[in-house]
Amino acid sequence: MSENVCSLKAQLEEKEKEIAALRNKLTQLEKGPGSSQELHRSVLPLSPLDARAALGNEDIMRYSRQLLLPELGVQGQLKLSQTSVLIVGCGGLGCPLAQYLAAAGIGRLGLLDYDEVELSNLHRQVLHGEENQGQSKALSAAVAVKRLNSTVECVPYHLQLSTQNALQLVQQYDIVADCSDNVPTRYLVNDACVLSAKPLVSASALKMEGQLTVYNYCGGPCYRCLYPVPPPPETVTNCSDGGVLGVVPGIMGCFQALEVLKIASGQGSSCSQQLIMFDAQDARFRSIRLRPKQADCAVCGDNPSVTQLVDYESFCGSAATDKCRKLNLLIPDQRITVQDYKSVIDNAEPHLLLDVRPLVEVDICRLPFSLNIPLSSLEQGKSEHLRLLQERIRRLKQQMAGDGQPPVYVICKLGNDSQKAVQVLEKMSGSDVDGITVKDICGGLMAWAKRIDPTFPQY
Amino acid sequence: MAAPLAIHLEFGGGAELLFSGVKEHHVTLPSQSEPWDVKQLLVWIQRNLLKERPELFVQGDSVRPGILVLINDADWELMGQLDYKLQDQDNVVFISTLHGG
Repeated sequence: MSENVCSLKAQLEEKEKEIAALRNKLTQLEKGPGSSQELHRSVLPLSPLDARAALGNEDIMRYSRQLLLPELGVQGQLKLSQTSVLIVGCGGLGCPLAQYLAAAGIGRLGLLDYDEVELSNLHRQVLHGEENQGQSKALSAAVAVKRLNSTVECVPYHLQLSTQNALQLVQQYDIVADCSDNVPTRYLVNDACVLSAKPLVSASALKMEGQLTVYNYCGGPCYRCLYPVPPPPETVTNCSDGGVLGVVPGIMGCFQALEVLKIASGQGSSCSQQLIMFDAQDARFRSIRLRPKQADCAVCGDNPSVTQLVDYESFCGSAATDKCRKLNLLIPDQRITVQDYKSVIDNAEPHLLLDVRPLVEVDICRLPFSLNIPLSSLEQGKSEHLRLLQERIRRLKQQMAGDGQPPVYVICKLGNDSQKAVQVLEKMSGSDVDGITVKDICGGLMAWAKRIDPTFPQY
Repeated sequence: MAAPLAIHLEFGGGAELLFSGVKEHHVTLPSQSEPWDVKQLLVWIQRNLLKERPELFVQGDSVRPGILVLINDADWELMGQLDYKLQDQDNVVFISTLHGG
């Protein structure tokens, strides 16, 4: 008995050593070579920034070109050095924002991101490099910022902003910048800023467009004054679905840096109660006059119903990430796995593979034998596409010579649109397309690339 | 009788995708006994321009949450929202809020 206990204790000790070693290794890897940045996984109290009465000679030389501006001057520069800014999201907006704030000599940057650097981030998240893949974005951004200006204090937070930590975090900073990529986080950041009385410099970007507003500043409206009700989740497009040209968030992030610097240095922002819209296609900025602070606003109004942070994911009906949602519209009988589809091909079973992605995605990659009809064309019942589909089904029927219903397998990138297409096609049966079996291929082409053909491109 | 109104409609932030990807529309609203207001304009857009999935554009008799309406470069909230009486050559923008970063 006691021997058993001893042996178990010894084993446990051994495993604990192993875990400690792995932890250590992970921390080292995350820090990267030559870095002294400490990654925060929780919110800890920060010491106040040192008050400074004058600029040193090195500061004068470093910031000379902006010190010459009467709008900034020595007093403005000193104010910058005593300002702390929380950047929520170290992605396409957060990277250029952090870069310009650091270059301009901001005192402290809180860099928050729960995510790790991926190859598909690098076209727009310009603080991260190839060697940072797999590393925490917060840490990668902090290391890059430190390299640019070692006098800026960086606090990288590798965590998801939440109802539990947001207030404690926001209260420690002077200005907050929303560089996030999803609706629940935007409401959360707004409410935390209203409840902590902090100005919020908010921007967003998608495809070829950007938007910017400064909220909760100088008596102006907050995000909820403008958007009291969150948008239906199905109307929200993220960057991994809709795409984004990297320089577009770059421009908007730079614009955020400008407004933060103006607020921090005492010049004040001109974007309160204003919406700046940027159309990259037409190279056009527009400034829109917005409504004032709303007396009936749920969080900043006269009788607020939101007096503490709430559950934003349930308020918005969506998750606080920009990762794609997985729809479940069909019953198991209406779906097959990529492995099952592989055996359909291997057994040379007659079928039709219908790829319902938009043409621009089909140009990136496709399975060679697929027929491409975008989901939108199916939904609109475009006649030329329907005729094409009917023709292919007719040929398939001939080939099968009455041996059962011709199977149509529908594929897209991730297996969401293909489910919608199955529903559309089933509604058509009896009229436009008749006597077929329609099934969706679970997980789409990305599952095909992961599980069946590793040489197939992922995007 | 109010005379026909020539107005300029714009869709942005992704809202243009509901209108075959076309951002700018110059339209003429037919003459009617009452002056045109934005509420009637929304009905007219649904009947004459909206190609698909009206639920992504309207909810009840207003626009769905997440779409901002701008009349002559000002938030429609400042102009009387649905009750604003349209004038000839007005510019009305429907912009879907972006959330990406």
